[in-house]
Amino acid sequence: MAAINRDDVAHLARLAHIEMSAEELDRMAVELAVIVDSVKSVSEAAGEDVPATSHPIPLTNVFREDVVGHTFTAEQALSGAPDAYENRFKVPAILDED
Amino acid sequence: MSVDATLSFEEAMEKYDPVLGFEVHVELNTKTKMFSSAPNVFGDEPNTNVNEVDLGMPGVLPVVNKTAVESSIKIGLALNCKIAEYCRFARKNYFYPDTPKNFQTSQYDEPIAYDGYLDIELEDGTVFRVEIERAHMEEDAGKLTHMGGSAGRIQGADYSLVDYNRSGVPLVEIVTKPIQGAGSRAPELAKAYVAAVREIVKNLGVSDAKMERGNVRCDANVSLRPHGQERFGIRSETKNVNSLRAVEHAVRYEIQRHAAVLDSGQPVIQETRHWHEDTRSTTSGRAKSDADDYRYFPEPDLVPVVASREWVEELRATLPEPPAERRKRLKEAWGYSDLEFRDVVNAGVMDSIEETIAAGASADVARKWWMGEIVGRAKVADVDPSALGVTPQVIVELNKLVEDGKINNKMATQVLDGVLAGEGTPAEIVEKRGLAVVSDDGPLLEAIDAALAAQPDVAEKIRSGKLQAIGAIVGGVMKATRGQADAGRVKELILEKLGVQA
Repeated sequence: MAAINRDDVAHLARLAHIEMSAEELDRMAVELAVIVDSVKSVSEAAGEDVPATSHPIPLTNVFREDVVGHTFTAEQALSGAPDAYENRFKVPAILDED
Repeated sequence: MSVDATLSFEEAMEKYDPVLGFEVHVELNTKTKMFSSAPNVFGDEPNTNVNEVDLGMPGVLPVVNKTAVESSIKIGLALNCKIAEYCRFARKNYFYPDTPKNFQTSQYDEPIAYDGYLDIELEDGTVFRVEIERAHMEEDAGKLTHMGGSAGRIQGADYSLVDYNRSGVPLVEIVTKPIQGAGSRAPELAKAYVAAVREIVKNLGVSDAKMERGNVRCDANVSLRPHGQERFGIRSETKNVNSLRAVEHAVRYEIQRHAAVLDSGQPVIQETRHWHEDTRSTTSGRAKSDADDYRYFPEPDLVPVVASREWVEELRATLPEPPAERRKRLKEAWGYSDLEFRDVVNAGVMDSIEETIAAGASADVARKWWMGEIVGRAKVADVDPSALGVTPQVIVELNKLVEDGKINNKMATQVLDGVLAGEGTPAEIVEKRGLAVVSDDGPLLEAIDAALAAQPDVAEKIRSGKLQAIGAIVGGVMKATRGQADAGRVKELILEKLGVQA
């Protein structure tokens, strides 16, 4: 059984700003545990000689030269914004100065 | 807002030992952003230096800016760090409108530079070694402006406006190891450390290093422990202390505040504090909590950075002389005293003096002009001495005019004023203002005859060998020539005239 319980799910939901009911937490705890278990089967296939990777292709140093490319106009940048004011995105005040 | 109790700094120091730590964010001055080709420019119209990557649109791919990686390696080398042969980027997940992707691309357990140090020289020459834990690459966030409520503060704000021009600007975050043993010099060391980092990144040319623009930003960690205790106390982290003076003040204030908390028997709360320049104090931000669970994981959209030793050595070879070493070298070469050299550095004319010497002036002549004449005029004009408009060539030319006896020192300062007034080169101004020392003996002899005739008793004294009386005659001649005579030549002519051997 995977090490994911109802408290973990509640914690993740809070971090992800997702409101979840008691029933949803119960259900997700079970479903996520199954998913995590399934993913864990990968580590059974990979032996000690297979290093952990974060990318499927063995590439390194994919760089871009420091040359200015394209930009949006403010109108384009804001075209999908739910709300805007004076060419800036307008968002609800959030009580957290960081 | 309640005012926190504080102890006097002296009392705090008697009872407690401060431990410091700094996170300094340096904005790189690359032409483009860390992961997108949008321009990295300060002060443009909101949301015009952005593209789909900076706005965190779905399906976009970041690409690493090679120059930003090279700048990061240079910073690491200048901080005496080891450079990772292999490192990756990581996602730091959090929800806040300054980061449209809902994560900041940063580095977590694989910083590009680590295990360095910086020797910090305090004002009295004491050298204090600050150990560097790491320097890692990341991206800046957008800029929020809080509207409504009380004067731009978030408390009571109705909404916030977001400009993503700064989003994705390359940052290097430099983290120190805990700094112990600074004692009562902690505030001074704090200021000197941030000043040294700023000077280094400016000298490397990798950042504009303007603190007032947020190019260099400091978060200061402070904790106190009773003298003799090994274990660290609980720390506070004061955010965005954005001037050198504020760094010193903030550390001093937090030491005084912590001391009062500990004295009252309460534990210090581990929290973020906000610095207020107006009251020179900090207020509570937020306590460390679940929200600090950033769930870092390797960035799947970027491949690892491999810094071959050849590449690192190539970059090392491009590093300029470190500022502290350069100062030491110049001071020795110029033969200035400690005080003279410190004055030169504080006046901001070290570079100008170096250029002036390179242009042909002696070290003393260069210092005499910059410190004696130009610094004062720059202060009056409220500009940097180097921006006043005096070139090294002007000083060399002025000095030559004096040494050749064409003008005297007093006239030279008038010529300098003429140069600053845009009247031309020193030689042209001497000509135009008619400032040349009178060297034609004809007018001098006339003036000497007149002066001797006016003071026959003095003339008699000189004849009888009382040479010190000559001053009165020289004075008369200088007056008659309105100061334009060469006093040495006048003296010679008087003695000649009276048939006296000097």
